[in-house]
Amino acid sequence: MPDTILFYLFAGIAIGASTLVIGQRNPMYSIMLLITSFGALSALYIQLDAPFVAMAQIIVYAGAIMVLFLFVVMLLNAPQEDAAVWDRTHPLRRPGLGRFGALLAGLLIVQLVWTLLRVNEASAAVGARGDVAAISSVRSVGRVLFTDYMFAFEATSILILVAMVGAVILAAREPGR
Amino acid sequence: MIPLGHYLIVSAILFAIGTAGVFLRRNLITILLSIEIMLNAVNLTFVAFGRAQGNVDGQIITFFVMTVAAAEAAVGLAIVIALYRHRESLNPDAFQSLKW
Repeated sequence: MPDTILFYLFAGIAIGASTLVIGQRNPMYSIMLLITSFGALSALYIQLDAPFVAMAQIIVYAGAIMVLFLFVVMLLNAPQEDAAVWDRTHPLRRPGLGRFGALLAGLLIVQLVWTLLRVNEASAAVGARGDVAAISSVRSVGRVLFTDYMFAFEATSILILVAMVGAVILAAREPGR
Repeated sequence: MIPLGHYLIVSAILFAIGTAGVFLRRNLITILLSIEIMLNAVNLTFVAFGRAQGNVDGQIITFFVMTVAAAEAAVGLAIVIALYRHRESLNPDAFQSLKW
């Protein structure tokens, strides 16, 4: 029973904080709320017997990626979303179309929830199968990562290298300007 | 115990919020944050399915998604900085011309 209460608490925090992220005009507040949402998600990962993913969520997402976002927001010093001429003249910015899109998004959520509540496989308890000690140990995660997924792991290192070079080239000031 | 479907519902709601953010917000940084919300929704699905199947593959895919998200954030923010240097604006509608 405490499991269920904690699940709904953290799921509510994650959804509420994410809703507020897209409701803010100041990107600084959005980033802080997104860090809150990531903390709640990492609690959900712990409930799913995945402590490695939970810690990586905190360290990599909240610690590294969000600090990069914060750094860029502070560097650009543009706290407010500018409601410029483009906003008023763009054909897709009319209020009726916005309400229609919001209605479609709401309908999508209703449809997904309705379907998922009707599928038999989805109503089985999530922790019923498998050995908890083997799934939650970092040792078994590492063993599978460095044997079955070795090629993907090495390809990821090349991806990181390419991203680093690309970021440096894109953000570098052009000579003579 | 919590049913698998409830994790999938939370993930679907988070993904819909991220999609709505991409379409509704007029700020490049908030749009990138909405993409991060969508990636996290998918991560939650992977971990929940992996736990329901009783193996660690879901956690490993999540690890790769996090790596790709880090690369995407680095390149995306570099593009944002380069665009802001040209136009002094973060509004995506300000960048309509292919060449200037």
